[in-house]
Amino acid sequence: MKKKKLGLWLTVMPLYLFTLVFVVGPLIYMFVLSFCTRGDHYETVMTFTLDNYKKVAEPVYRNTFMESIKLAFTTTIITILLGYPFGYFMAKLSSSKKKIMMALIMVPFWTSSLVRMYGWSILLQSNGILDKILMGIGITQKPLKLLYTYPAVVSGMVYALLPFMMLAVYSSAEKMDWLLVEAARDLGASAWKAFWTVTWKMTLPGMMTGVVLTFVPSMGLFFVADILGGNKVPLVGNVIQEQLTKGRNWPFAAALSVILMIMTSLFIAIYRKVTGAKELEGLM
Amino acid sequence: MKKHTKLPSIYLALLLILMYLPIIIVVVYSFNENKLTAIWSGFSLKWYEKLFQDKSLMEALKNSLMLGLFSCLNASVIGIIGAVGMARVDYKTKGVVEYLSMLPIMIPEIILGMVFLAFFSMLHLPFGMTTLVIAHTTFCIPYIYMMVKARLVGMDPSLLEAARDLGASEVRAFFDVTLPLIMPAVASGALLAFAMSFDDVVISVLVTNAKINTLPIKVFSRIKFGVSPEINALSTIMLSVTLMVILAIVGINKKTEGGKHL
Repeated sequence: MKKKKLGLWLTVMPLYLFTLVFVVGPLIYMFVLSFCTRGDHYETVMTFTLDNYKKVAEPVYRNTFMESIKLAFTTTIITILLGYPFGYFMAKLSSSKKKIMMALIMVPFWTSSLVRMYGWSILLQSNGILDKILMGIGITQKPLKLLYTYPAVVSGMVYALLPFMMLAVYSSAEKMDWLLVEAARDLGASAWKAFWTVTWKMTLPGMMTGVVLTFVPSMGLFFVADILGGNKVPLVGNVIQEQLTKGRNWPFAAALSVILMIMTSLFIAIYRKVTGAKELEGLM
Repeated sequence: MKKHTKLPSIYLALLLILMYLPIIIVVVYSFNENKLTAIWSGFSLKWYEKLFQDKSLMEALKNSLMLGLFSCLNASVIGIIGAVGMARVDYKTKGVVEYLSMLPIMIPEIILGMVFLAFFSMLHLPFGMTTLVIAHTTFCIPYIYMMVKARLVGMDPSLLEAARDLGASEVRAFFDVTLPLIMPAVASGALLAFAMSFDDVVISVLVTNAKINTLPIKVFSRIKFGVSPEINALSTIMLSVTLMVILAIVGINKKTEGGKHL
């Protein structure tokens, strides 16, 4: 019996060890680092300080956080508005059509978001394809100069994260028992009422998964703001990256990361509380 | 009723077209003779020729493939035996460790990149392939672990008992019974992880040195200077690799679905 226990311990040990050394270790180090001081030669000195956190509270960085949260919210809301109907309608298709749709979504879902953002930037270019189409139809007269603006960044974020919402909503709408909707209708509920009391409630966990999968990454995808915003829309992700590379102020970057980490954890905790879900439904 | 059924299809089609448009633009203009994306002046493969002559790009492609392969291998070993073991132990720390090991795909990538950058330099690890593989392994494990875990739940425990009753050792039972059964999950998890590793730029860019580049890092550093047909060609190559991975996963899933009927 002893031997068996040892055998079992040996199977989980690599996972335990790896997680401890390369996930927990670095995270703890980040926490410690955020209380360290930056030396005169950009090195990190192990002197306790709260300056990094005070710096985060400075208007410049506080604004960046507010801007990032605002952008993440805007992105998430647009993603819900576009993605929820998509997932819902898709779940109502016949099973052969569902398979085709699934296959069709997979390509954009799997394509590197870097490549997709690049394609998006070509689309939005001044005098680019979008301008040509719009001017061709006669909706606009002049090139819109959309690239390197705030709407460009928002649209890029939405484009990058939309597949997650679509798939999350779809997976919970697909599992739903549509007979319940019919039953509600039979009992005299209007189509809207049946939707709100049955479908909406049943698809909420899926949608909330989609919300987490859009909100959390949208705080950190710095290359979207880089490619589509042209440094005009600085987000927390960009500031962290800049402090790490150009600024070489690691303790400050660590403090920013800690705050971002706390914010995302809070967000996921709220999500769990609201939906009562233990795992991200439809994630896998 | 007929009128209502049309609208959803139109909506689905419109959104799909919008999602495909940028990808199609990238691919189509990689074959454009002209240097400007706004003008189409004929089919040409010259941008690809240029890419294949660029040694640093070929090096980056090789690095990306190697990085994906090594990270997947490491993550598969840790993830597979970890998931199989975790299903059978009842340690108090089990839930916490499982949660922590999933963190790398739950937190924003930039944080993961930041903590690795700081941690690796504290340990004085030389930045390059080693640090890249370690960083990528951490976010590859969750994909393989979750896939295998889900598959194990659906597995008939009596199969393993039968093997043990017939005198197979634990190790033998694992290789002869468990592993073949979870193989489809392992394969799709590993391919998923490979695709994630192959596409990653946020973490890679922070944990490597100036000499060791991956394909996404190359793409990213070039995109910053604007649009050029060479990036289109480069992106198309990345896209093709990812597409091949999806096709492989679809193939595996088809096979297992067929197997269920047996």
